[in-house]
Amino acid sequence: MISQFFILSSKGDPLIYKDFRGDSGGRDVAELFYRKLTGLPGDESPVVMHHHGRHFIHIRHSGLYLVVTTSENVSPFSLLELLSRLATLLGDYCGSLGEGTISRNVALVYELLDEVLDYGYVQTTSTEMLRNFIQTEAVVSKPFSLFDLSSVGLFGAETQQSKVAPSSAASRPVLSSRSDQSQKNEVFLDVVERLSVLIASNGSLLKVDVQGEIRLKSFLPSGSEMRIGLTEEFCVGKSELRGYGPGIRVDEVSFHSSVNLDEFESHRILRLQPPQGEVRLTVMRYQLSDDLPSPLPFRLFPSVQWDRGSGRLQVYLKLRCDLLSKSQALNVRLHLPLPRGVVSLSQELSSPEQKAELAEGALRWDLPRVQGGSQLSGLFQMDVPGPPGPPSHGLSTSASPLGLGPASLSFELPRHTCSGLQVRFLRLAFRPCGNANPHKWVRHLSHSDAYVIRI
Amino acid sequence: MPYLGSEDVVKELKKALCNPHIQADRLRYRNVIQRVIRMSKLDQWGQAEVLNFLLRYQPRSEEELFDILNLLDSFLKSSSPGVVMGATKLFLILAKMSPHVQTDVLVRVKGPLLAACSSESRELCFVALCHVRQILHSLPGHFSSHYKKFFCSYSEPHYIKLQKVEVLCELVSDENVQQVLEELRGYCTDVSADFAQAAIFAIGGIARTYTDQCVQILTELLGLRQEHITTVVVQTFRDLVWLCPQCTEAVCQALPGCEENIQDSEGKQALIWLLGVHGERIPNAPYVLEDFVENVKSETFPAVKMELLTASLRLFLSRPAECQDMLGRLLYYCIEEEKDMAVRDRGLFYYRLLLVGIDEVKRILCSPKSDPTLGLLEDPAERPVNSWASDFNTLVPVYGKAHWATISKCQGAERCDPELPKTSSFAASGPLIPEENKERVQELPDSGALMLVPNRQLTADYFEKTWLSLKVAHQQVLPWRGEFHPDTLQMALQVVNIQTIAMSRAGSRPWKAYLSAQDDTGCLFLTELLLEPGNSEMQISVKQNEARTETLNSFISVLETVIGTIEEIKS
Repeated sequence: MISQFFILSSKGDPLIYKDFRGDSGGRDVAELFYRKLTGLPGDESPVVMHHHGRHFIHIRHSGLYLVVTTSENVSPFSLLELLSRLATLLGDYCGSLGEGTISRNVALVYELLDEVLDYGYVQTTSTEMLRNFIQTEAVVSKPFSLFDLSSVGLFGAETQQSKVAPSSAASRPVLSSRSDQSQKNEVFLDVVERLSVLIASNGSLLKVDVQGEIRLKSFLPSGSEMRIGLTEEFCVGKSELRGYGPGIRVDEVSFHSSVNLDEFESHRILRLQPPQGEVRLTVMRYQLSDDLPSPLPFRLFPSVQWDRGSGRLQVYLKLRCDLLSKSQALNVRLHLPLPRGVVSLSQELSSPEQKAELAEGALRWDLPRVQGGSQLSGLFQMDVPGPPGPPSHGLSTSASPLGLGPASLSFELPRHTCSGLQVRFLRLAFRPCGNANPHKWVRHLSHSDAYVIRI
Repeated sequence: MPYLGSEDVVKELKKALCNPHIQADRLRYRNVIQRVIRMSKLDQWGQAEVLNFLLRYQPRSEEELFDILNLLDSFLKSSSPGVVMGATKLFLILAKMSPHVQTDVLVRVKGPLLAACSSESRELCFVALCHVRQILHSLPGHFSSHYKKFFCSYSEPHYIKLQKVEVLCELVSDENVQQVLEELRGYCTDVSADFAQAAIFAIGGIARTYTDQCVQILTELLGLRQEHITTVVVQTFRDLVWLCPQCTEAVCQALPGCEENIQDSEGKQALIWLLGVHGERIPNAPYVLEDFVENVKSETFPAVKMELLTASLRLFLSRPAECQDMLGRLLYYCIEEEKDMAVRDRGLFYYRLLLVGIDEVKRILCSPKSDPTLGLLEDPAERPVNSWASDFNTLVPVYGKAHWATISKCQGAERCDPELPKTSSFAASGPLIPEENKERVQELPDSGALMLVPNRQLTADYFEKTWLSLKVAHQQVLPWRGEFHPDTLQMALQVVNIQTIAMSRAGSRPWKAYLSAQDDTGCLFLTELLLEPGNSEMQISVKQNEARTETLNSFISVLETVIGTIEEIKS
């Protein structure tokens, strides 16, 4: 069972320390942990470490180390789950998780830990049950945010941001200011997909993996039944057939234990009785691999010319965005590792808002916004100092030099899901309590986990 | 305790599960177990706890086993990986007699495990990968069709990449070998030298089964002329030639030229070994060795010099004309100028061996050049699931079996002494088998015979702590006169398995001694002997950590006898 729990900042300063059983060491274990972590040889995993009969198990979350120690041979899955659950809980109660919020809310964090764990055993981690015991209120600081400015709109024009909820809207503490009732009437339902793709150098697709989640964050004061309608052609497993179109197929689905699946088979409706008050839960998780209904969002057509003699490397990259023309990709960044010792870079980019630079031995090409159906290109020229070996060895003059590639892309696709899954509706059997209709926000988002293109 | 539902339920269950009458009654016990299983309002922590708890239950018939499996089936579909893995472990252990059920369970857990492997949380991903490897040890083909899930991505931390490479290396099969090798080949040119080397070693591992393809890839890698790649490739070749003699020809063709790109000790040793053993097939072998011999003065690693001595002598046997001069110079240097004694002795040894005659040298040095059977030894055939079922969902697969063994060893040494058998912990492990066994256990203490366990040496700290926490159970005064030698007493006590923790020096007043002993049921006896100055009696105070009068009495009589005997000897 858990002996101690502590939170360290990214620099190793202990922020929170709690001993549950008093059976081992003092506060200096936190320091010991950090010393061990930083002194670890590169090929060993830091997830589980051992020191004098004590196991350290930790996760990194938003730059913090959340660590538990135990002296027993426990289930690592449960412990890691507990740690990430604790991270979520702390995020829920403090608004967001970070060094600043934790140190501002020390009392609240200790209060939470007291309720969650007793003598090293988990009692409960449900937000709703804990709410009855937590008295301290979160201290929230409002950081200056660009989002507040951008929603005003330049020259009175209505920008995109004003139509959608600002992304920071869902990150406020679930318990913030009990008196402030008017604000609370909101429900956020997010469909978030992570895309990992591997494309071979000849353009053929080696691997596609989509990890999806439907997340709910509700600030409704009264608990009432919620009905979430998914796309009707939603099929689970390889064999199921629904509708006449190509259908939307996922390989595996798992639901939160509170979801009622009575109408799922017939109408693809999830019924949910969210507990009273604010909650945050992952309603559904799904995975999909190899078989994507829509084309991949990006294709990259690279061509590399390398003159080994003069050490001149020329990389021409053409990036095609295969989304529908009305959607767009945001914050696109291409990361291309370069051979060791590249010194200079000259570039020709197809549009002015792009940026490219050398950073940490790699080329970084930033494209803040890419419209669906568009094509962008960049020509990069670099000088690579000659290889140490004799230049006469001319076996591979045309092939790319060692250390170039593979390229990886990171991006966000708002209002787009790669699996095609959509939330048709979100209905609340709302009992009026003197308030206007609640705001319902349904958001779809895909982002890249690992989008790798070999060169 | 985690939250297990309403308090009454928990109380009732606890009562029932600890009640010997219920445990003795099969039907009632079964009922309780089923109630535990059926508790639907449990949250995931409660479920994990219950699964852990059920590990101690042993179903009595196959029918009951399948009952339990069916009841618990929903846990395998839980969205919490902790619960799924807990259920898997329970199933594997319950079904230890029926391998096909175990295989079924492992097939069903495949989905959740793979999902965890591509989870957003790096740490969870790592732990899941460790468990995948564990399963692969028993069922090598289990994840073959999912090999793409284990391809590394650029942004992953180092330790995950290394695990994935290991997994790829283990799941390789006829269908996917091509793709896996292509993927691994891509990693070999990674910017991180460590990762690149791990990938090359992995290809070397696969080469034991798919030799030709792998040797070809490795040979291509030599063409890159990168130091960190070449040295690892040559080491891989050395291991490979030893295990798979059929690839010797290909390796020998690839070797020429790579000596330019090797600088480190390991790589040089491997290359020199290869040149020595298979030198007759490599045309320029003597000249490469000669270069090494010429530079031997500036060579910093003694291991390389040793290898060089052996290799030159071996090559001398097969190509004497080209090597004689070089060998002579090397031996001269090693015997006359070398400062490292091991190298010097090796040089002398070879020199004297050569004096005996060439036939003798051949007899000693021409050992077999390969040993394919070693490969079988190194990776033993599929281990049965039962060998690791109890380690599933624990820290053992995460640390790796070997590392875990060292951990538990030093942990055991650290606390084997003060650790007492747990008395009444609810979570105490060990099967919770009622009935037949129970009675046998209970018989023992009743007999009242005292059996002191030898070699229960407590640490002084632990003794002090326990001593302070206990009350005096018995106090007695024995007659005692004059001087004596404490060592005699200590030895006498040792004979009856009473240990001395601390003792005053002989002749000091007051004189004190602290003794400890433990009987076979785990009951501790702590004793203080006290001789007051000018007093002619010895005060004995005994403390006991479990109040049992009959063992206490027999312990005291043992102590009396010993002290009485000493007294007699003295007088």
